Amino acid sequence: MKIARVLGSVVCTLKLEHYRGEKQLLVKLLNPDGGEASDYAVAFDRCGAGKGDVVLLIDEGNSARQVLQTGPQGVVRAVCVGFVDSVDLSRPQPGSFGG
Amino acid sequence: MKLGRVIGTVVAGKKLDAFTGEKFLIIQPLDENLQPDGEPLVANDTQQSGPGQLVTYIGGREATIPMGEPFNPSDAAVTGIVDEVETP
Repeated sequence: MKIARVLGSVVCTLKLEHYRGEKQLLVKLLNPDGGEASDYAVAFDRCGAGKGDVVLLIDEGNSARQVLQTGPQGVVRAVCVGFVDSVDLSRPQPGSFGG
Repeated sequence: MKLGRVIGTVVAGKKLDAFTGEKFLIIQPLDENLQPDGEPLVANDTQQSGPGQLVTYIGGREATIPMGEPFNPSDAAVTGIVDEVETP
């Protein structure tokens, strides 16, 4: 999963049949420290997110098909699945595993 | 999915059987501010979209799903025509 901030929504009238009724969010990916990463995504919403919210983003097809229950023919990849309240970046101590 | 602008169409007379009957578009990828971002790519059309339109497209394995022939090597497909990007 990735962390992203919601920038707004993308409205499409003409779209694939199984997208009907789904809200599409424009999200900017974030680094763990809260800074903006370079990438963005148009993602479906499964948590009721709006502009400014920091969300957990799935960016993988099979997981997205499960969450959206589209069946194997779902043309989906990015889905917002939760709100991020906080991120704790523990700094590795010198000499510790990974430090 | 990503945002893109349709900037042209591709006609391929001789092509893989899996692509028979499919329409191909040239898409200029856009960033979140709708500014051009990266090199244009060829995507198959699912929405009868045409040059000038703002679209959403999907890359990777998911792009193969909307096509008639299940085993095809498409790597980008248009998924919708954008009416509006609302960033209040």
